[in-house]
Order: sequence, then structure tokens, then C-alpha cells
Amino acid sequence: MLKIEDVSMTFNENTPDEKKALQRINLELEKGEFVTVIGSNGAGKSTLMNVISGSLIPDVGDVYINDQNVVHLPEYKRSKMIGRVFQDPMAGTAPSMTIEENLAMAYARDKKRKLVPGVNKKRKDHFREYLETLNLGLEDRLNAKVGFLSGGERQALSLLMATFTEPYILLLDEHTAALDPSRAELITKITKDVVAKFGLTTMMVTHNMQQALDLGDRLFMMDKGQIIFDIKGEEKQNLTIKNLLDEFQRIRGKQIESDRAVLG
Amino acid sequence: MLIALFGAVESGVIYAIMALGVYLSFRVLDFPDLTVDGSFVTGAGISAILIVNGTSPVIATLIGALAGFIAGCLTGLLHTAGKINALLAGILMMIALYSINLRFMGQPTVSLLNESTLISQIQSAWASTGIDTGLNAVLQALGADRVPTTWGIFIVMTVLTVVIKFLLDYFLKTEIGLAIRATGDNQKMIRSLSANTNFLIIVGIGLSNALVALSGALVGQLGGFANLNMGIGMIVIGLASVIIGEALFGKKTITRVTLAVILGAIVYRIVVTLALRVDFLESSDLKLITAVLVIAALVTPKVLQARREKKRRLAKRAALVEQKEREASA
Ligand SMILES: Nc1ncnc2c1ncn2[C@@H]1O[C@H](COP(=O)(O)OP(=O)(O)OP(=O)(O)O)[C@@H](O)[C@H]1O
Ligand SMILES: [Mg+2]
Repeated sequence: MLKIEDVSMTFNENTPDEKKALQRINLELEKGEFVTVIGSNGAGKSTLMNVISGSLIPDVGDVYINDQNVVHLPEYKRSKMIGRVFQDPMAGTAPSMTIEENLAMAYARDKKRKLVPGVNKKRKDHFREYLETLNLGLEDRLNAKVGFLSGGERQALSLLMATFTEPYILLLDEHTAALDPSRAELITKITKDVVAKFGLTTMMVTHNMQQALDLGDRLFMMDKGQIIFDIKGEEKQNLTIKNLLDEFQRIRGKQIESDRAVLG
Repeated sequence: MLIALFGAVESGVIYAIMALGVYLSFRVLDFPDLTVDGSFVTGAGISAILIVNGTSPVIATLIGALAGFIAGCLTGLLHTAGKINALLAGILMMIALYSINLRFMGQPTVSLLNESTLISQIQSAWASTGIDTGLNAVLQALGADRVPTTWGIFIVMTVLTVVIKFLLDYFLKTEIGLAIRATGDNQKMIRSLSANTNFLIIVGIGLSNALVALSGALVGQLGGFANLNMGIGMIVIGLASVIIGEALFGKKTITRVTLAVILGAIVYRIVVTLALRVDFLESSDLKLITAVLVIAALVTPKVLQARREKKRRLAKRAALVEQKEREASA
């Protein structure tokens, strides 16, 4: 479903600010696979997401979605196939427009936009049904401006908008990070439910290790632009936070040793 | 006085089309587009020269609007493909249009005095209906000593402006229209929903300037001439109309704002007409009057809001004091 081959990305090459954000990333996700991605600040997680979504073009390497090489497809075309939720609850919705208008824009994602009304009776009923699944009472506020919603409500709406057209790929970049613990938990639960419901191929970045362990069926650990740890299946289910930290120490420790050897 | 006011409303209805264009760029797309000063003249100039050369006024007017559309698209292109700052893209287009307009017009002023224009056609078609006599009889019965020479222009232009308003309302609620609004609201979001924001900006600014040029073409025909400088300061007049309209008539929904913008354009004309009748103000003070109007429309709502808030807090405080007294005495 999603394949990434030899993707590298360097910012500010040949300057003192040079930053190798991605270094020869290779990965392949099966249809319906749900990967959580962890890693320290600056590890390259967001860059990887942006390369997949097309907001960034990598220096080298290819990105395949459904066997189609999309690396040169502009972001707006690629987003027919990709749903995204950002960290900032403000980023995923249009604040001065109503809930139903926002949903209508998401609804048109995988179609050609036409000169027909974005909201009609049938779609409204549709939207109401979807909103009911959130259990936030938003179905009674279809004509409310999204700018008046709380961060948690907005994020739930963004999540719905990113998923209900059943995109090939769902990218979540720390989408619960800006919320209070109870809201974060709610969004996590909704995430779990919609991903399961539509069987979406998902990549979710999080700094919450417990969340990374609880959700999904595969886990990547990233560091310095590389995926240093990839675990799935039963092994992943039995993983603990302590395992993860030990693993990080083990891999990075080895690397530090080998770096020393190289540098002599 | 009555005649002057009638004239103000009559031209206000036509300028309202320009104001709707400015609303589309400034408010909907959040794109401060200064092409307007140039594209207004493009509409007036191109339609005038076509009429002088024998094209039918309706077609000439439409071609004027089309030219405005193209100019707007070019501004959008400068901004999106050329990655030029929105303000600068508009300014560049505006000065380029100054030369282009002169090329088309051939001379700085094109007179339409002895031509058959859209306005004169409406006037003569209207005269044959005889509605004027009835309307004027009502006015005279109400005590008016002088009556307008024709109601036709006012009524036909009002119908045209209202039709444009409804088309715009409809358009902004279509799938494409929603995407255009979102482009002005949250570009990152609508791009992640597979909308080509560059294309939407180009089309949006194009449509905006088509409305501006259409208004210019009509204003030129109403005034009987097109002049190279008739667009100077037009953007400020458009903004004034939008801001006054929003301040006076609200901006809750699209349908409401577009109506507010039209009324704002009319109010602007009325205020200017009245101001120019004040003895110590001269017609050269027009720009100053406009600036003062815009400032007033921007500041007054905020002052009123702050006042209301203060009053509310004072009332709450008084209530609290009262409650405490009651508690103490109990
Ligand atoms: N546009 C850019 N220009 C220059 N450097 C960048 C740019 N975007 C990212 N970087 C750098 O690339 C590295 C990886 O950034 P990225 O945002 O992918 O990290 P991340 O893993 O998402 O971190 P976080 O957990 O803090 O979100 C960082 O060192 C960052 O400073
Ligand atoms: Mg990040």
C-alpha cells in the first residue's frame, strides 16, 4: 500500500545549519497496517510524514502509494489518497466556516469539485450520522462556525474529515499532543475506532510511549533521520516502555561505539 | 437635494458591483488586491472604445468585464506561480494596466456622449413603459418639487446588482466556492483536502476583477466617458463600502455580508454626496472624507463593543456588592 525507497532529505545542505533530516529511509506498509512512530525531537518524524504527503519533496528516493510512484505528484493531487491530522487543532479545519461546510470540503476530497452546492439534504444526513459516532453532540451544531469549537472538538472533527472518505493512507502527526489528558484519551479512542472501522493504513507519530504501545500493530523508532527499530506482530504486543528504552540504548550505544571506531 | 440623493443611490448600486469584487478578494480570499484601481479603468475604457467603434453596448460591457477577469488572473498568477507578495503583485498589475489601458483607449479620455450605450438604451426602453409617470406622481404627491428624469437606470441596475449578489452567494456555497473560501481561511487545510489552491486564487482574483471591471464599464457609460484616471483610489472606495456595510449591517452569513456590502456602497455614496454639500468641504476633500469614513467604520464598532463590555462589568460588580450587603444583613 505504501512503499518508501531510499528516501533522503537534507536541509540547508553545505551550510553550518546542515541537517540530515532523513537518511536512506526504506519502509513498506501493508494495506490496513497501523504503525506508531516514536523518536526524540528532531528525529525526522514530521519530515517523513511531509515527504509522504507531498508537502516536502525529498532530495532522492521514491514514494509509492498503491504501486504508483507519487514522489513528483503535487501535494494537492496526492491528498486525494491521503488523510492527515496535524498537531495544531487550528490547522485541520477552516475556522470561519461551519461544521457542515468543513465536512463538505472533506467530502469532496476524492472527487472533482464542481459548481454544485457543497451541502445538500442528503449529505447533511450523512454528516450527522458520522458526527454522531463522535459522541460530542456536534451533530446538533452543523451550522456552528468551527472557530467556536474547543481544541478537542476541532481535533475530533479533523479526524473525521481526514478519514470518512476512506483514504489509502492516514497520517497523524502528534494529533493528540495539544490536548488535555482526558481529551487526548478521547481522540485516541476515536482514532482507534475509525482506523478499525475503515481498515485504514495508518502512520501515527506520538511522544507518548504508552500510546505508541497500546495502538497499532507495528512500531517504528526513529533517530537522526533513520528508522532504527521496527517491530510488529506479537513482539510488539508484548513490548513495554522499559524494553523500548533499553532497545534505544542498545542500538545507539553500539552506534556510538562504531562512530568512535570510525573516527579513531 | 432629493435629486442629488437619488443620483447617489443610483450610482451606489453600480459601485456596489465593484464592492462585491473587493469583498471577494479582500475578505473571502484574504488577498489584498490592488489591481482594482487599474481593472476598473480597463472595464470602462475597453467597453467605451468598443462602443465608439460600433460594438453593441451589451457585448462591449461583457468584453470589458472579461478583460478585468484576465487582468485579475494575471495578478493571481504573479502571486502563485511567481511567488510575489500579494500586495506587490496587485501594485505591479495596477501600474502595468495604466499603460495597457491607455494603449486600448488610444487617448486619456473616451467620450460616449453621442453614443448609444447600455445606459441610454435602458433609458429609452424604460421611457416607453411609462412607469416613471406613475412613480413620479407618487413622489409629487409626497411633496417633492423636482423628480428624477428616469427610474429605469436605478431599477435595472438594482436588479442586475441583486442578481449578481445571488449568483455570488450561490457560487460561494458550491464545492468550488467552499474551497475558495477555505483558501482564504486555512490554505494548508484545504490543500490537504486535495484542492489546488493556486488555481483557486487565480480564478478568485479573476472573478473579483471581472466584477470590478463590469462596474467600471457601467460607471463609464452612466457618466458618459471613460478616463484613464477614473480608477484612482477605487480600491479604497471598495474597501470603504465593505467595511461600512459590515459595520452597519452585520456579517454573520455570506448572504448577509453580500447584502451588507451592497448597502455599504450605497451608504458611502450618500454620505459623500451629503458631505460635499457642507459649505466648507470641497470636492478635492473627497479622499479625506473617504479616509475619515473608513476610520470611523473601523473604530466605532470596537469602541461600542468596549463600552458594552464595561457597562456589563459595572452591572455585575454592582450586583455583587448588593449580594454581599444582603448576605451581611442576613
Ligand atoms: N524546513 C526546514 N528547514 C530546515 N530544517 C528543517 C526544516 N524542517 C525540519 N528541519 C530540521 O530537520 C530535523 C527533523 O525535523 P522534524 O520536524 O522531522 O523532527 P520531528 O521528529 O518531527 O521532531 P518533533 O518531535 O520535535 O516534532 C530537525 O532537526 C529540524 O530542525
Ligand atoms: Mg514533528
